[in-house]
Amino acid sequence: MKLKALGLAALGAAAMVTATAFTATAADKQFVPGLMYRSGPYAPNGIPFANGFSDYFKMRNAKGGINGVEIEYEECDTAYNNDRGVECYERLKRPGAAAITPLSTGITYALIDRATADKIPVLSMGYGRTAASDGTVFPYVFTLPATYWSGADIIVNYIAKNEGGYENLKGKKIALVYHDSAYGKEPIATLEALAEKHGFSFHPFPVAHPGLEQKATWLQIGRQVRPDWTAMWGWGVMNSPAIKEAAAVGYPMDRFIGIWWSGSEQDVTPAGAQAVGYKSLNFHGTGTEYPAIQDILTLVHDAGNGTGPREEVGTVLYNRGVMNAAVIAEAIHTAQGMHGQTPLTGEQIRDGFEALNIDEARLESMGLAGFMESIQITCADHEGTGRAFVQQWDGSNWTPVSDWVEPNRSGLLRPMIEQAAADYAAEKGITPRACN
Amino acid sequence: MNPTALRFGLWLLVTPLLIAALGLGFKGLAAVDSSLFFAWGYFIEVLIAGLLQGVMYSLVALGFVLIFKASGIFNFAQGSMVLFAALTMVGFIEMGLHWTLAFVVTAAVMVLLALAIERVVLRPLVNQPHIILFMATIGIFYFLDGFGQTLWGSDVKVLDIGISKAPIIVAEGVFENGLLINSFDLVAALVGAVLVAGLAVFFQYTRVGRALRAVADDHQAALSVGIPLKTIWAIVWSVAGIVALVAGIMWGSKAGVQFSLALIALKALPVLILGGFTSIPGAIVGGLIIGAGEQLAEVFLGPIFGGAIQDWFAYMLALVFLLFRPQGLFGEKIIERI
Amino acid sequence: MLYREAGQFKTSYAADQAIFPIRQDQIAIALMAAIAVLGVPALANEYFLETIFVPFLVFAMAALGLNILTGYCGQLSLGTGGFMACGAFFSYKLATAFPELHIVIVFLLAGLGTAGVGVLFGLPSLRIKGFYLAVATLAAQFFLVWMFNKFDWWTNYSSSGVISAPPRELFPGLFITGTQAGPVTKYLFLLVFVAVLALVAKNLVRSRIGRTWMAIRDMDIAAEIIGIRPLWAKLSAFAVSSFYIGIAGALWAFVYTGSVEALAFEINRSFQVLFMIIIGGLGSILGSFLGAAFIVLLPILLNNGMLAIDPTISTALVSHIEFMIFGALIVFFLIVEPHGLARLWQIAKEKLRLWPFPY
Repeated sequence: MKLKALGLAALGAAAMVTATAFTATAADKQFVPGLMYRSGPYAPNGIPFANGFSDYFKMRNAKGGINGVEIEYEECDTAYNNDRGVECYERLKRPGAAAITPLSTGITYALIDRATADKIPVLSMGYGRTAASDGTVFPYVFTLPATYWSGADIIVNYIAKNEGGYENLKGKKIALVYHDSAYGKEPIATLEALAEKHGFSFHPFPVAHPGLEQKATWLQIGRQVRPDWTAMWGWGVMNSPAIKEAAAVGYPMDRFIGIWWSGSEQDVTPAGAQAVGYKSLNFHGTGTEYPAIQDILTLVHDAGNGTGPREEVGTVLYNRGVMNAAVIAEAIHTAQGMHGQTPLTGEQIRDGFEALNIDEARLESMGLAGFMESIQITCADHEGTGRAFVQQWDGSNWTPVSDWVEPNRSGLLRPMIEQAAADYAAEKGITPRACN
Repeated sequence: MNPTALRFGLWLLVTPLLIAALGLGFKGLAAVDSSLFFAWGYFIEVLIAGLLQGVMYSLVALGFVLIFKASGIFNFAQGSMVLFAALTMVGFIEMGLHWTLAFVVTAAVMVLLALAIERVVLRPLVNQPHIILFMATIGIFYFLDGFGQTLWGSDVKVLDIGISKAPIIVAEGVFENGLLINSFDLVAALVGAVLVAGLAVFFQYTRVGRALRAVADDHQAALSVGIPLKTIWAIVWSVAGIVALVAGIMWGSKAGVQFSLALIALKALPVLILGGFTSIPGAIVGGLIIGAGEQLAEVFLGPIFGGAIQDWFAYMLALVFLLFRPQGLFGEKIIERI
Repeated sequence: MLYREAGQFKTSYAADQAIFPIRQDQIAIALMAAIAVLGVPALANEYFLETIFVPFLVFAMAALGLNILTGYCGQLSLGTGGFMACGAFFSYKLATAFPELHIVIVFLLAGLGTAGVGVLFGLPSLRIKGFYLAVATLAAQFFLVWMFNKFDWWTNYSSSGVISAPPRELFPGLFITGTQAGPVTKYLFLLVFVAVLALVAKNLVRSRIGRTWMAIRDMDIAAEIIGIRPLWAKLSAFAVSSFYIGIAGALWAFVYTGSVEALAFEINRSFQVLFMIIIGGLGSILGSFLGAAFIVLLPILLNNGMLAIDPTISTALVSHIEFMIFGALIVFFLIVEPHGLARLWQIAKEKLRLWPFPY
């Protein structure tokens, strides 16, 4: 009896396997996969990003697609888990996939080799492997508009400006609170190099995943080391306890700067009034006043098609999802100019990424003027300008408190990137391709 | 005189002495403050923070102890019960209930949950080996995680019951920079103390409490004197559910109510083995030792090893204690027969 | 009718002690081997190979290891993830420090290294038992993952602490790690490797040492009295178990994901493997495979299945329901058959013997 029931269950499961045969993409649509996360410890931050990403493509489809080619978007939930990410990638990869959005530094690392072999571009926008901005070694990986190394440099640059110049950094203390993973470790090398160059002392403080508890860390920062400035590389659940504990030891909020992944509404609202004055980097606008985002509201949300709640539109992470989608759409648009206005393969879209030239005029026509910086990508440089600005939380909104800050790419970061890329090429036995 | 009473008596005698010694040390320490390799004020500050943090761990560990004591089940789902309780409470508050009312309703939900677990999961598994029951609770863990999020969503939720989070600085004249104590942690410690006292009274002086202790001592004997085992289990799981709710409120208002809250179960495990699986005072003492130990280690040893050592340090500390007392500090002596 | 061993006589002890003494079993195993070697690569596409068969084989290896320790020797361990990390990082260091060393030797050496670590963390088992030991093995879990995450030496000073497998050949020209390795090659290599080691494990548990483990599991005091040295038995179980788990970790990093950071081996990995052996069957080699297949397949099936039924369903809901069903199914399985899938298989065989005339 028992056995029979189980046998039936097994049969059902087997039937399900066969039913799982893939739904082929319709030939006239451009396929865009999304490796998002809507479950797991990092879901609160993953959800708005995923909603923005998907809403943007819905908006483009409502306007007739990219040059008449509709976008087919499919999502897979990685739960910020590396092996689930690999499974999702294998599930969604197909020759017509436009670009992979891993949304996790760990998953990006795991997918670089695979995607390169499968000839699908990876767009790790403001995360991932910094060395991958060297296009000669990583032809399929794009890190625009900025990398963590640029982010670290921008933070130090901003601090220097506030202290009245780089020469005043000597003897100052700068601490880094970071998520103890591939993601959080990225800026350390840059900050160490900068510490040596400018003579400030650098104090790294790792926080173990997921980072619910940081009391000991903040007792050290707030009561013992007492750094002049603190930078944070935190993600998801780690951010709001950091802000709360910082407030609990009386650390001044306006001297606490997070990377762009530590500066969203989800991070500051749980800390309430304690978070007022907290700063973070960002590389795109917030709010809904941009024409493209107005289009999302009217064409998607008013039509009852919104992926998430309407109030979420215009928040930091939602807008970042929009920006990510817009860049991919623009790469498709550029590639269409080179290979024809039909659904393209990943390899062809990579050409679009490498020829990406989003100038002010183009931003205007995309409805994103003032939303983001112009981006120019070349065969060798997959990062672009690497610029970002500092924003501050005033209790209800993120307001910019600085101009776009330029990282010292040519003098400091680019040689480091090229060195790291060359090391990678040597380890993997890759011959860097010649550009130009 | 029974050994428990003796132990309590000893504690009562020793505690004032300890406090006096601490006070004396306080005076003496001030004299050598900052002249040693680290500031004593800072050391004491970390110690206090650690002890208070330890009480927070004890809150979670208590739930484990209750269930293990009465049914011998190592309930891994305690962590997700904490999360589920906190999520439900926030959900009711968002519906417009006052938080005290929400507390009562959530407590009722937790009791229902306990009844359901007893009926659906535990009853069919009576007399199975411990490891099977342990796995079943991991199954419950997954189920509750998914269920809670399906019901209430995965956003970070704010749970504010009006406890001040402002730092208090005391003894400013004694130490350079004074001693920083978090007022929220103080309240949490107080709640923990009240909860433990309440549970102790419940176990010691009520009829149900006596029945619970009888079941904990010997299932068979308890059954043969007419104690209904299933009812007792349902009661224990309900009490554990309410303990989870209290822990959920404290942790939730500290760190925000979100999925990761379920992971604090992992912080309660070293507390549990150090104190012994079967002892309520053990959970408290274990919490204090682990809390203080790991915070001190992270602050004073962490920089030597590169930081983030507190997770494994707690387990190592518990392991060292176990090597000397394999049943934990307050656990029942393990007697083996052939 | 078909499955009846009447008329099969053994004429030697060797034949009597074969792993599959019944002819029908031998035929079935030969068939299965043929399907695994020829059928699967021919029929399965890249997705199935890369995300189902390869992780299944890697997990089966880890489950074998844990089953030796927990299922045969009765020592509950939650340190599996940590030991897998050992295997992964040991093999990475060996492979990069000695590029000319053959990759299979690297895996075996990494396994041996992990065995050493396993013995070290097995020492407390002489004094601590049951759940206390389980929580004590968590110390190993957290410490090892922290160590590999913290010290750059293990990752050859990579800035982010991620290791990626260097390309290595099984035979000249035939890559099994790195980007040049095809899914079919990876699968076949794993299949043979895991099958050989599973055979070794099967014979190990049928031998003297396996019987001492089982004696310890059933009652360690009684075992001690009849002259089994607990020190030797427990530590050898830890060593052999860690050897298998270490190799599984190395295979995970090198063959399955190709690049890995220490966090990939966090506590969830330990639970996952523990699930496998409990669902599959404690103290059963076959159970390790069945459990691994079940736990690897189930989430993917649930996820894909729900999407196949209703493609418009939100991914968040899919994930949450997947969690719920996964949890509920585990409870269901434990209630229906606490001894695991291997026990079900046995019951099925017994029924089959009498079929179709049970009375």
